[in-house]
Amino acid sequence: MKSISRRKLIATGLGAAAGASALGVAAGLGSKYGLVPPDHDGLYGIGETLSYGAHRLLASNSLAREFPRSEISKTPFPNEVAPPSETFKRLQAGGFADWRLDIDGLVDRPGSFSLAQLKNYPSRSQITHLACEEGWSYIAEWIGVPLSRILDAVGLHPQARYVVYFSIQRDGWDSLDLTEARHPQTLLAHGMNGGELPVGFGGPLRMRVPRQLGYKSVKFINRLTLTDDLKKFGKGLGSASPEGGYAWYAGI
Amino acid sequence: MADSAWAAGRASAFPADSEAPRHALFVRATHWIAALCFLALLLTGFEIVVSHPRFYWGETGNVLTPPLFKIPIASSRATVPTGYGYVLPDQNGWSRALHFQSAWILVLAGLVYLVFGSAGHFRKNLLPGKADASLRALGTIIGNHLRFRRLDEEQASSYNALQKLTYLSVIFFLTPLVIWTGLAMSPGFVAAVPATVRLLGGQQSARTIHFFVSLALLLFLVVHVVMVWRAGFTKRMRAMITGSAAHREAR
Repeated sequence: MKSISRRKLIATGLGAAAGASALGVAAGLGSKYGLVPPDHDGLYGIGETLSYGAHRLLASNSLAREFPRSEISKTPFPNEVAPPSETFKRLQAGGFADWRLDIDGLVDRPGSFSLAQLKNYPSRSQITHLACEEGWSYIAEWIGVPLSRILDAVGLHPQARYVVYFSIQRDGWDSLDLTEARHPQTLLAHGMNGGELPVGFGGPLRMRVPRQLGYKSVKFINRLTLTDDLKKFGKGLGSASPEGGYAWYAGI
Repeated sequence: MADSAWAAGRASAFPADSEAPRHALFVRATHWIAALCFLALLLTGFEIVVSHPRFYWGETGNVLTPPLFKIPIASSRATVPTGYGYVLPDQNGWSRALHFQSAWILVLAGLVYLVFGSAGHFRKNLLPGKADASLRALGTIIGNHLRFRRLDEEQASSYNALQKLTYLSVIFFLTPLVIWTGLAMSPGFVAAVPATVRLLGGQQSARTIHFFVSLALLLFLVVHVVMVWRAGFTKRMRAMITGSAAHREAR
């Protein structure tokens, strides 16, 4: 049995201290530059932080692949997981004329948009891949107003950092950092494959986030709010997904 | 001591000095980190597959598309037509989190291994030597394996050609391929580097290849453990944990 020398002990101690302070500095810098996800605590926080941080550091502005029309899936899968509520059915019966998208929080001009008003904004159409975390996927054309246009229309306070979005479905809420929210392919989608967005696919209004998995593209959106701190919402993890064990950042 | 003298007398790829470890510290450390990560990846990967036990080729595929093949098991999603009358509990949340965290740790440990290994470990221990190169030598080894001949002492201190080829293909082919096909399923990564998925023919192709490479790695794991068992489980485990060579036992 070798005895541990004093020098070795001191060196190890200094090394550990340097390592710990380096980690501390890294955590501080990461948080300052928006590299730490809201669900960074807990057993799997390291993995979530590495994935989110790496993507934000290396690939913030990359564009999701867009496909030719010929690649549009003949059989997209709607994955209708919950039946629409009574309120939803009433709005549907009225052709969604009374559907509103409310915007509040850290904005200069809070407001309420009808579908007709949203459709008056210049729309963007893109043919992208939608992949579910379960493993299946389809390609469709999505038509909508880029979220960044609506953010410009309401004017953000300088301290706004996240867009929180809510579905008419209970428990259906999520959030995006401003990098993803301002990304040109992030849409408030109201159309699909040349027509209206079918209810099965999230109509009348769905968030489309093509650089992240399907569950981030929440259906039936009726409210957005701008915030500086996700701790104020739900359990403070950034969306309903981490509360069910799923990652907040779904770009993997 | 006889064993020590024997070891010192032969020209081995491994240092015969009884103080020198059978496996270098970086090999032992990264081996066990990789082993733990791989077990976690296998288990969680299986759980993720259970949520959609169907496979496709090309860019897209879902329950409305004919599959390339399906695994005849029940699913953790009611939307998948499996033919079973029940739905398994959803384990995807923690499985996905552990899958990606293990993948990160495995990749980082792999980088450490590559950096340290390039200093001589690959060349000395894994690259087949001149004596290994002939087909006849390889044939002899395969023949011995098939006849379940007892492994001789020769193999206690260096790898045979078949082992070297297996380790090389796991380290430099299967593992990079499983990482690549995994990344090709990430929407964020693919947006940044579209070639990763284009070269594979689509995201569903990537998923299918990922599955088969995982099966190949599982096969390696099973054979590896069986061989360690046959070669003397305690000795080999001690060599991979403490680094002490088998011949120290004589003392």
